Amino acid sequence: MLSVSGLQVYYDQSCIINDVDIEVPAGQIACLMGRNGVGKTTLLKAIMGILKSRTGRIMFDGTDITRYPPHKRAQAGIGYVPQGRGIFPHLTVYENLLIGLEALTGRQRKHSQDAIEEVYSIFPVLEQMGMRVAGTLSGGQQQQLAIGRVLVRRPRLLLLDEPTEGIQPNIVQDIENVIRSLRQHKQVSILLIEQFLDFALASADYCYVMEKGHIVSSGSTQEIDTDAVKEYLSV
Amino acid sequence: MEVVLSQIFNGLSLGSILLLAALGLAFSFGLMKVINMAHGEFIMVGAYVTYFFQMFLAPAVLGENGAKEGWFFILSIPAAFLITGALGYVLEMTLIRRLYGLPLDTLLATWGIGLMLQQIARSYDSRNVPVTSPDWLSGGLWVSETLSLPYKRLFIIGLVILCIIGIYFYLYRSSQGRRTRAVMQNREIASALGVATRRVDVLTFALGAGLAGIAGSALTLLGQIGPQLGTGYIVDAFMVVVLGGVGSLPGTVIAAFTIGLFNTFLEMSTTATLGKVLVFVLIIAFLQWRPNGLMALRSRT
Repeated sequence: MLSVSGLQVYYDQSCIINDVDIEVPAGQIACLMGRNGVGKTTLLKAIMGILKSRTGRIMFDGTDITRYPPHKRAQAGIGYVPQGRGIFPHLTVYENLLIGLEALTGRQRKHSQDAIEEVYSIFPVLEQMGMRVAGTLSGGQQQQLAIGRVLVRRPRLLLLDEPTEGIQPNIVQDIENVIRSLRQHKQVSILLIEQFLDFALASADYCYVMEKGHIVSSGSTQEIDTDAVKEYLSV
Repeated sequence: MEVVLSQIFNGLSLGSILLLAALGLAFSFGLMKVINMAHGEFIMVGAYVTYFFQMFLAPAVLGENGAKEGWFFILSIPAAFLITGALGYVLEMTLIRRLYGLPLDTLLATWGIGLMLQQIARSYDSRNVPVTSPDWLSGGLWVSETLSLPYKRLFIIGLVILCIIGIYFYLYRSSQGRRTRAVMQNREIASALGVATRRVDVLTFALGAGLAGIAGSALTLLGQIGPQLGTGYIVDAFMVVVLGGVGSLPGTVIAAFTIGLFNTFLEMSTTATLGKVLVFVLIIAFLQWRPNGLMALRSRT
């Protein structure tokens, strides 16, 4: 589904991502782990196209998308839930969801109302708060909105950047359930950044560990040496 | 009593003129944070569009009294909108797009564009020129024995109300407006969700320029127009947007009428110059107290 090879990303002169290879097969969840500041978010932004890569290739579903601008990547079927949620604070919850449909072309939009209903059934709070201005929602509700906003267009690859960071525990549970259920139905591939090792090991098929812009360890969740991973994650 | 009423009307009239001049800036500066020093010259171009409609096109089509009798003045308003809008479109595509995130460079470059537009107008005719207003706008509405409200001023108030309604429907009820607000609130995320941000940028800037054109058309009703027409309005327009709170349309509306009313009443009780000085002092004092203006946008993060 997603295949990244030899990727390098720079901020000005400093190299943040150096020669990274990552594979996310169709219907699987890959988890990206590592301490703060090792380049996880930068890698996700580069896959989404928000940051330009200097070298390397990003293949999505057999197409080379390395030169695509972000909105073309969204149209190709990649959905991005950023760290810190990135909702539009002065738009209503419903308007936020409508912006989530922007990547669809005219014909695809026919069933968009069903898709919105589907998201409402996953996150009922979004329907109750539909006309509220999104900036007044709590952090957890904003995170549900950020996830719902990409799910409305049924993306084929989800990029989730710490979806449970800084959120009240009951909503963390909801979000983890959504990720598990997406995995069960195998409708979507997911590249997930996650700090909680237990959750990562329980829900992901494959793990990558990053350190200083490199992938230093990787393996399927059954095989990977959890002690070594813990070593990399310890501060 | 009558004096107060007539001063309130003058204040509202001045406010409506300020608002018309500032609405375009509410787009380019308020939404896009582009310091467009050529905004005054967009107003000037709009005024000259109306000038050509009234002084050349109307007499050519309807005969000698065409400008007075016909509806070419009304036609010239959408024409001014489209022509200055197209000018804004070209300017964004060629220049502004290269300068996003560089406020000082933008300021200098757009100022230069403004000077060039002034020079083009000057090489056509360096003097101020009168524009014939249609007959149906002369005279006024007599509300009492001594108080009459000029139709021209009422027309401008009506025009600005129409513009605000139009902008409201565009920004808050159309899908393009929704995209515009999304991009201005979080550009990266909007593009990651599939919004073509370049298209939004160029349309928003063109719309701001078009609104300046409408302001120019309206200004032909108030006196002669000339190459320097815009320079008189650019400072006031920025003042309105900043006082209202950058990015807030309701704030811009309230700020324009507040400045208009304060200006008239302070002028009445002092002199024209002192009144203007007092308005500036009050605005600066207010911005010291609330630096984000009347209606600052806030949210939970």
